[in-house]
Amino acid sequence: MKRLILVLTATFALLLTACSDETSHSRGVYMLLDTSGTYTRELEKAQQIINFVLAKLQPGDSFAVARIKTGSFSEKDIIARVTFDGQPSRANLQKRQFREAIDKFIANVKPSAYTDITGGLLQAIEYLDEKAPGRKTVLIFSDMKEELAAGYVRDAIPLKLDGFEVIALNVSKLRSDNIDPREYMDRLAQWRQRVEAGGGSWRVLNDLERLETLFVD
Amino acid sequence: MSWEMFVLVPGSPLLSGVIWLVVGVALLYLARSAAHQAIASASRLLHHACKLAARSVLLAEQRLKLRNTEVLLAAGREAAERIIEREFERIDASVQRDLAEYPALQRQMSEAITRLEQDYHASAEVPPEPPAWAKVVDAVAKIAPKEPVVGEILEDIHDSMVRAQRTAIEQYRNDNSKRHRILSRMMPLWRKVARVLGEMDKRVNRLLERSTAIDRHMEAYEDILNRSPRAERMLSSSSLTQFFIAGAVLAVAIGGAIINFHLIARPMQEMVGGSSYIMGYKAANIAALVIILVEVAMGLFLMESLRITRLFPIIAALDDRLRVRMIWVAFLFLLALASIEAGLAFMREKLAQDDASLVASLVGGQGEMNAIAANVWITTAAQMGMGFILPFALTFVAIPLESFVHSSRTVLGLLGQGLLRALSFLLRLIGNVFRHGGNMLIRLYDLVIFLPLWVEQRVLARRQMAPTGQIAEDAS
Repeated sequence: MKRLILVLTATFALLLTACSDETSHSRGVYMLLDTSGTYTRELEKAQQIINFVLAKLQPGDSFAVARIKTGSFSEKDIIARVTFDGQPSRANLQKRQFREAIDKFIANVKPSAYTDITGGLLQAIEYLDEKAPGRKTVLIFSDMKEELAAGYVRDAIPLKLDGFEVIALNVSKLRSDNIDPREYMDRLAQWRQRVEAGGGSWRVLNDLERLETLFVD
Repeated sequence: MSWEMFVLVPGSPLLSGVIWLVVGVALLYLARSAAHQAIASASRLLHHACKLAARSVLLAEQRLKLRNTEVLLAAGREAAERIIEREFERIDASVQRDLAEYPALQRQMSEAITRLEQDYHASAEVPPEPPAWAKVVDAVAKIAPKEPVVGEILEDIHDSMVRAQRTAIEQYRNDNSKRHRILSRMMPLWRKVARVLGEMDKRVNRLLERSTAIDRHMEAYEDILNRSPRAERMLSSSSLTQFFIAGAVLAVAIGGAIINFHLIARPMQEMVGGSSYIMGYKAANIAALVIILVEVAMGLFLMESLRITRLFPIIAALDDRLRVRMIWVAFLFLLALASIEAGLAFMREKLAQDDASLVASLVGGQGEMNAIAANVWITTAAQMGMGFILPFALTFVAIPLESFVHSSRTVLGLLGQGLLRALSFLLRLIGNVFRHGGNMLIRLYDLVIFLPLWVEQRVLARRQMAPTGQIAEDAS
């Protein structure tokens, strides 16, 4: 009898193991906020986007918001990060706490002198690779003009973006872009090239009324 | 391999083609007899193979038909037995209930009749006795008609008679009124007798109706036992009707199950987590589905234990005490699951409110939220009610399911029969195509080598003509 129970238990355990799904169905979102110069004035829009993302994310998903400043390849630049609990009610509580953290940051943010987008992207890759979600998305809220402080090396570092979707949000035009629009186009084309060369997909979303297209499956 | 190697005359592909054509036709002409035989053999072989396959499929179809008939008749027999058994049970119950009261009714009747008899006798009219001394008066009157003493006597007698008559009339009236009282007391007894007789008549009629129904069912049962074509036809038609009706009801039940699923799938995430997956499906969805399936299974067991359906012979054959226990267990499980579902429906509403409140706080629409929240108890109550009722409603799925399973055996059998018949027809058609195709190929072969054949015919005709000409010359 004991043997029978053992065999049955083992079979049941095997069946359960066979049935369990190892594929990750969660989504990982890493959002970079440009806090350089006058771009801090745009952060209210970023807040809207964060709230939208919070509303869309499901239990089990991961979300992190980090700032882009002089040197952004640092965990210290992550403003808030969370992996939502499996229980929807707890996930909702985490979303509220996350929003509070963002509100607090935006209320006290100070502009930075330089814009290290590449550093931020590298940090995003590291974070999302660690979390290993089923879908990885990097949102960049910036004018996409990179300005590095002296001594910071970024050019020679390849971006490993295989399986990543990079979306540039609210890419505002600079005064120089208005004088020569080619600068703006070149800037975007250059980023597209870098992202696609790293194996990722690139998208620009300037119309914040169409935020629902962010997570189109 | 290039086509140039077939060019026999360099620089003239046309001439080379003609040479190849002549060679080919010559070869085909030489191989004509063998080629004809080969084509004929191949076509015959394929024709026979197809014919054999068609026959084999037809035999399979006949076997399936027999099997279907067996299944149909067995199902019909079982259903008829069930109906007859149920009718007998009803008759038994009726006999036990109605005829068990028969001795009491009979006693009531006898008592009523005895009392009626007594009353009848009591109410009989007794004729008033004629006064005996009236004759004496007559005699005295004849003796001395003119005597004054006699006159006085007669006067006294007359007075006495008047008094006696008065008393007699009074007595008579009293007796009559007593009789009337007795007769009026008899009325309820008559009514009671009439009522009891009416009741008995009704019960006997009911039994007669049941027996007529049993006769009808028995007739159908005998038809099935005798495997009459009429019974087969009726059973087949009934089976198809049952299949479609049960299918429609099952579709409705599936709709109910889907609503039930949506009611509990969301709150299930709170219990099993919203981020775990099993075989690519959300664990919460699978858990909700399992709960619904367990409810359906419990419903099946309940119906089975109540002997409404007969999908599991083991349950039907259970000891009555055990069966009753099973009824209670299944019912309690259903009740527990229904309560859980009601709770989950409540939780669903709470979660929806929480989600809405979060979204409102994210987009800054708190005012609207408050307005919505005012009437939210209606939907909460409705959802809880549905969560509680749907599991019990799903219990009744067992009935159409049984009909569907039973009738689908016949329907699938008929479908298989049709398919086999179509396959057999197709095989015969292909066989015929091979046979006539072979003949056509032989004709086409001859068409390709028509020139040497024509020459051959001419030569043969000349040869036949030559001996005839020689004979004519010899004769001359």
